[in-house]
Amino acid sequence: MDSSRPSDHFDSEQPESKGITQPKLGFVGYARFFWRQLTSMRTALFLLLLLAIAAIPGSLVPQVSSDPNGVIQYKINNPGLSKVLEFFQVFTTYSSVWFSAIYLLLFISLIGCVIPRTKHHLLALLAKPPKTPARLERLVGFSSEGTEADAATALETARAVLRKQGYRTEVYASTGMTPDSVSAERGYLRETGNLVFHTALIGVLVTVGIGGGFGYTGQKVVVEGKAFANVLGNYDSFNPGRFFSESALVPYSVQVDKFTPVYEENNFNAYGQAIDYTANVTTTMRGEQPQKRVLKVNSPLEIGGTQVYLLGNGYAPVLTFRDPKGAIVWSQPTPFLPQDAKLTSLGVIKIPDGLSQQLGMIGFLYPTTDQLASGALASSHPDLRAPTVTLEMYTGDLGLNDGIARNAYTLNLTHLTQIAGRKSAAPTIKLTIGDRVELPNGIGSIELTAIPRFVSLDVHRDPSQAWVLVFAILVLAGLLTSLFIPRRRVWVKVVSTTSGGIRLEYAGLARGEDPGLEAAVADIVQKHAQQLSLRLK
Amino acid sequence: MIATLVSYSLLSVYSAMAIYTLAFIMFTIDLARRSASAPVALGAVVGSAVTVGRGSTALLERLTTDAPVGATPKGPRQLRIAMALTVIAWLLHVAGAVLRGVAAGRVPWANMFEFTLTATAIVVGVFLAVQFWQDLRFLGVFITGFALIALGIATTNFYVDVIPLPPALQSGWLVIHVFVASLGTGFFAIGAAISIVQLLQTRREAGQAKRLKFLDTLPSAERLEVLAFRIIVIGFVLWTFTLMAGAIWAERAWGRYWGWDTKEVWTFIIWTIFAGYIHARATRGWRGSRSAVLAIIGFTAVMFNFTIVNLFFKGLHAYSGL
Repeated sequence: MDSSRPSDHFDSEQPESKGITQPKLGFVGYARFFWRQLTSMRTALFLLLLLAIAAIPGSLVPQVSSDPNGVIQYKINNPGLSKVLEFFQVFTTYSSVWFSAIYLLLFISLIGCVIPRTKHHLLALLAKPPKTPARLERLVGFSSEGTEADAATALETARAVLRKQGYRTEVYASTGMTPDSVSAERGYLRETGNLVFHTALIGVLVTVGIGGGFGYTGQKVVVEGKAFANVLGNYDSFNPGRFFSESALVPYSVQVDKFTPVYEENNFNAYGQAIDYTANVTTTMRGEQPQKRVLKVNSPLEIGGTQVYLLGNGYAPVLTFRDPKGAIVWSQPTPFLPQDAKLTSLGVIKIPDGLSQQLGMIGFLYPTTDQLASGALASSHPDLRAPTVTLEMYTGDLGLNDGIARNAYTLNLTHLTQIAGRKSAAPTIKLTIGDRVELPNGIGSIELTAIPRFVSLDVHRDPSQAWVLVFAILVLAGLLTSLFIPRRRVWVKVVSTTSGGIRLEYAGLARGEDPGLEAAVADIVQKHAQQLSLRLK
Repeated sequence: MIATLVSYSLLSVYSAMAIYTLAFIMFTIDLARRSASAPVALGAVVGSAVTVGRGSTALLERLTTDAPVGATPKGPRQLRIAMALTVIAWLLHVAGAVLRGVAAGRVPWANMFEFTLTATAIVVGVFLAVQFWQDLRFLGVFITGFALIALGIATTNFYVDVIPLPPALQSGWLVIHVFVASLGTGFFAIGAAISIVQLLQTRREAGQAKRLKFLDTLPSAERLEVLAFRIIVIGFVLWTFTLMAGAIWAERAWGRYWGWDTKEVWTFIIWTIFAGYIHARATRGWRGSRSAVLAIIGFTAVMFNFTIVNLFFKGLHAYSGL
C-alpha cells in the first residue's frame, strides 16, 4: 500500500511469486539489489538484534574506557585469552571495528529508509485524502444507515463531523457509477513522529560522534587550601577529544577552601558510612571578582563552559624533612590514595635532592588507628580521630635522574635499600600529628606537620551535550506520537436506494496498529446521525 | 522507632507472601477448572462435529467471547476469589514497601532488597490496573507466582538493614529513574506473560498442545499478540525514558552521560531487543510467534539485568547493598 516502505513491511503488497527468475544484473543492478537488501525491514531487524548481541561481550570483559585498571588486572590473570580478546578488540568493544560496522550499517539502512519515507510523507501532506473505494463492505466498522436527509446535507454534516475530529476531508462528487462521498484521513502526525524518532536517532549518533571530539576531560587532585588553574600543564591526567585545541581551555581557577565529609553516627548498621561530601571553593574567572561556591556530589560546578565534578577525596599528610642542621629541605602535602571505606590510605614520597642521599618512602595512613589482634594497624573509622602515619624508608637511586617521567604513586625498589621498616635494623617509622623523629644514619629528621584533606576533581567540557539532550527529547516525543496517534482513513458514502431515498455507508481503514478503529467509526456514525436529526428538526 | 517500622514492614511483606500463595493456588485451580470445563462447554459443538469428522476439527469452533461459558459476567468464583486475594496481598505488599520507605526516610528503592520489594509491587500493580482495560486475569498464575518467587528471594537472600543513602544516590533522579524503570519492567512482565500464552495458543491452534484445554477459554493467538504488543509498547516508551533519565543523572553524578558501564550496556541491549520486537511486528514473516519469542527474550534480559548484572558484574551501579 505504501510504496515508500520497505518491500517486506507487512503493510506493503505481497510480492507475486513467479518462481525463481534471475535476470542478469550489471554493476548498477547489483548496487540497487544490495541497497534494497540493506534497506529492507528484515535486514534492519537483523542488524538491530545483532547490535544487541554484539554489545554483550563488552559487559563481560572490563573496558579500557570505563575500567582501565580492570583491563590491566584481567590481562595479568588471563594472559593467553587476553591476546585473543585484544586481537578482536574486545577490551574496546564499543569503538571496535566490528561493533562500529554493525551500527554504521544499521544507520545507513535507517537513512535509506527515512529519506524516501520523508519524501513520500511530504507529498502525502500536500495531497488530498484518496478517492473513496468502490466497495466499503469489506472494510473495518462498515455500517449502512438509512436517513431522511438529502444527499447534500448528509455530505456537508459528515464533513463537519469528521473535520471536528481532526480529519482532513475531501468530497468526491458522483461520477457515473460511483456515488457522492466524503473521504477523510487523520493521524498524519503518526508518520511525522516516526520520521522524527528515526531522524533524531541519527542526530544523537552524529552529535555524539562528531560533537564529542571537541570536548575534553581532565583530572586533578587538589589539597585543601590549594588552587587548581585550568591550564593544560596543571592537570594530573588529561583526555582531549579528536578536535581539541588548547585554546578551548577557558582560563579560570578553583581554590578548595574546605572539604567537609559527614559520616553516619547514629545508625549502627551503617556506622562510619559517608552520607555527605561538601567542598567549599572559591572560583575566579580571569579579570573577575572571586566567588564563593559550593561543590557537591550530584551537583557539579558550572564554570567557563566546563563542569567540575567532585569524584573522590582522601588525606594528604604534610611531612617536613630537615637536614642534620635543621634546615627544611622538603615540606608539602602528599595525597595518599584511599584503599578501603575506612580510608586506610597508601602514599609514596620521593625526596631526590637536599639530603645526603636520595630518599624514598612507602607510607600508610590510618585516620582512626586501631590495632588488630595480630598487632597490625588498621583504621576503624574514615574520619580523622586518631591518625597514625607509618613509613618504610629507602635510600639509593630513585631512578629520577634520567629525566623520564615516573608514576608518582609507585616506588621502584630495584636500586633502593631499606633503612627503616620490617627488613632493616631500624623499625618502621610511626608518626602522629606534631611528632618529629630523627631518621636513621643521621640523614636528618622528619615531622608530620598536618593532615589536610584532598579532593579529586574531574573537569569535563562537552559542547555537544545540550544537542544530544535536544535529540533525545525529540526521540521520545517522536516515539510517543508514532506509537499512540492512530492513522486512519474513514469514508462516508451516499448511496441512492431503489425507492428514491438515500442510505449512508460508513467504513474505516487502519494504517498501522489501530485497535480503536472500529469504535471510532461507530462513534462517527452516531455523531453524524445526531447532527442530521438536529438539522431535520 | 526505625526498628519497629522495619519489623512492621517485614511483617506486612510476609503476610502479603502468604496471601499471594493462596491467590496463586486459586488462580491455578481456576486454570484447572478451565481445562476441565472447556470440553463440557464445547460439548454440544464437539458432539455434532465428531459425527462429521475428526474430533480436533471441533476446535475451530472456538467460542468467540473471552469469558468461559456458564460463568457469571464477572467470571467464575475461583477467579474472583483469586483476584480479591491478589488485591489484599498487593495492599499489604505496598504497605510493606511504604513502611520500609518511612523507616529509611527516603524512597524504598536504594538496594537490592528494596528494589525487589518495590518493583514486584509495581509489577502486580500494573497487572491489577490493566484489568480495568482488558480482562487479563488468566495471567494471575504467572504474576502472583513471579511476585512470590521474587519476594522469597528478596527476603531470604537480598535482605539488608536500613542504611542511609551514599552521596552518589542523593538525587531526585533516584526517585524518577528507578521508579520508571520498575514501571517499565511491570509492563514488560505482563507483555512476556501474554506472549508465552500466545505461543501456547499458536501451538494449540495448529492442532498441537492438545492437553492444554484451558487455552480454549482464552483469547485467540492473534488477539493475544495485539494485547501483548499494546502493553509492551508502553513498556518500551517507559524504558526509553529510563535510559534517558539515567543518562542525565549519570552526567550529574559521574560526569558523563554515557560510559558503557555494565548496567548501561544491558539497558541498551534491552532497549535494542524491544526496538527489534516492535520492528518485527511490522516485518512480514516475523509477526506472530517470532515476535512473541523476542518479547520473552527481552523480558529475560530485563531479569538478567536486574539480578545477574546487579550482583555479579562489576560496574558503577554497585548499589545492591550485598
